[in-house]
Amino acid sequence: MTRPVYSRLLRAGLVLGAFTLCFGVVAGARAQTELLNVSYDPTRELYREINAAFIAEWNAKNPDKKISTIRQSHGGSGAQARTVIDGLNADVVTLALAGDIDAVAERSKKLPLDWQKRLPHNSSPYTSTIVFLVRKGNPKAIKDWGDLVKPGVQIITPNPKTSGGARWNYLAAWAYAEKAFNKDEAKVRDYIGKLLANVPVLDTGARGATTTFTQRGIGDVFLSWENEAFLALKEFGADKFDIVVPSLSILAEPPVALVDANVDAKKTREQAQAYLDFLYTPKGQAIIARNFYRPRNPEAADSKDVANFPKVELVTIDDVFGGWKKAQPTHFGDGGTFDQLYKPAR
Amino acid sequence: MSDATLSSAAATAPARSPSRARGESPVVQFVLIAVSLAFLLLFLLLPLVTVFIEAAAKGWEAYRAAITEPDALAAIRLTLLVAAIAVPFNIVVGIAAAWAVAKFEFPGKNLLISLIDLPFSVSPVISGLVFVLLFGAQGYLGPWLQANDLKIVFALPGLILATVFVTFPFVARELIPHMQSLGSSDEEAALTLGASPWRVFFSVTLPNVKWSLFYGVLLCNARAMGEFGAVAVVSGKIRGLTNTMPLHIEILYNEYMGAAAFAVASLLAGLALVTLVLKTLLEWHYGDVIAASRRH
Repeated sequence: MTRPVYSRLLRAGLVLGAFTLCFGVVAGARAQTELLNVSYDPTRELYREINAAFIAEWNAKNPDKKISTIRQSHGGSGAQARTVIDGLNADVVTLALAGDIDAVAERSKKLPLDWQKRLPHNSSPYTSTIVFLVRKGNPKAIKDWGDLVKPGVQIITPNPKTSGGARWNYLAAWAYAEKAFNKDEAKVRDYIGKLLANVPVLDTGARGATTTFTQRGIGDVFLSWENEAFLALKEFGADKFDIVVPSLSILAEPPVALVDANVDAKKTREQAQAYLDFLYTPKGQAIIARNFYRPRNPEAADSKDVANFPKVELVTIDDVFGGWKKAQPTHFGDGGTFDQLYKPAR
Repeated sequence: MSDATLSSAAATAPARSPSRARGESPVVQFVLIAVSLAFLLLFLLLPLVTVFIEAAAKGWEAYRAAITEPDALAAIRLTLLVAAIAVPFNIVVGIAAAWAVAKFEFPGKNLLISLIDLPFSVSPVISGLVFVLLFGAQGYLGPWLQANDLKIVFALPGLILATVFVTFPFVARELIPHMQSLGSSDEEAALTLGASPWRVFFSVTLPNVKWSLFYGVLLCNARAMGEFGAVAVVSGKIRGLTNTMPLHIEILYNEYMGAAAFAVASLLAGLALVTLVLKTLLEWHYGDVIAASRRH
């Protein structure tokens, strides 16, 4: 008896649903003159400053092609690459390591495989390295990589599967161990296994790991991007933490790239290209140094900012690991050394 | 979950006589009450108070600045928009589903009931991921959507879909037991008196279930605005564009802007409080009706 009501209601529901979808699709597809920079975790403060400076400069020079906003999305580098592969409409990707942009190029085919040759310095306008952040006074006396595997030392590092910084951490530790143990693979693996056993929790991104260490007070030493360590000192005061520079570390080159298919679809190639080029200008390099990234062109930066960076022996991924194309599958791919050596605490 | 336990506890509270009849000693009663009160204070009230204290930590000006900052306003607007679309949608479909289950016998009815509950038993992360798998660039429908320049995930439609999915059971779950307990005799009487089906619905069925419907809508809305997991997966976290309030809170916190994060959190907590007050008022005035609807 009440069947007609039910079916009409259902029909009304379907119509409303279809309407909702259409409305949403239209709203989502509305064109806007803005760029989207999909980046990794610690660059939030850097790109906030870069974006403001670039928009001011570009809009003054190109009053007919003004950029209204540069949108930012941040997260673990690997996770961010994944969302771009899944269709996040990035004009540029500025990730923690070349391997993640390689993954975007291979899987989405939205940029050429040789993207890294398109901009100077391996497409990395800034570099960084891995240092140790410890609690004030360094109560556990952590001086170098060798001290990390002492029993009772709690290490904070994010998950190398999702975080770019964590992959640099892992490779820096590996490079140290290769040198310390004269490339004796069994000893290197033993060292890395012990190091991972001292990690109580793996956050997905560098920033999550930073808050775990600084705000939640977990762990004795935080393997950190140099820029992230400086930022923590700035945010929480130099009386809470010390930076320890190990005897050897890795030259981290976080690269940037244009996502060709996206900028062509959105007709933003010119602006996006200029945005990336801006990073290499003296003004861009000065902002980079001010935000604790090592500039490629130190002369352009404030000498006080440059003096902050400690001297440390840096190895490169190409020298020790034969580049990301080789290091990624060997160490972080499914069944790679990380999978073999990491045994989550029970 | 805690909602359900809370409200059923509250619903049975006024009915004191059964416990007396069972003859529990006053000591047992006292211990039980003390334990639950202590638990509520420690695990529910204390964190809530902390949110407001942290939000006020840097003063009124900082608070105002945090919630009127453009990205925060965009997040608030987006959250309201998503709820404004997802909740009415779930009301309509929820009523339809509840009606079907409560008033008809048909093959596959049990399956339908289980399906209604599905979003409760699936982790929100998975609820988000299924939409990425369906509509993402590498997903089943991805290439077609791209060819037609349609965006679902990492845009408003994805946020709405995920929210609809996660909040679907609330309305139907409240209505089904109530409608079942009412039976269909009122509707049958109205029909025999010559009322049109629409008239029956609006003059008989809807007034009969309005309080449990309202109750379901409240819960649905609270979850729609507060959902984090599913929304985080489909959002792409573009600031000022696809960031809802819960995501914005996490971002602020991760940028060492604790006071700002808690300022926005206090808005969400305020919403929860309003919901709670409304719920309590409802239970106070219409406790019998709602209690009846909870007899599963």
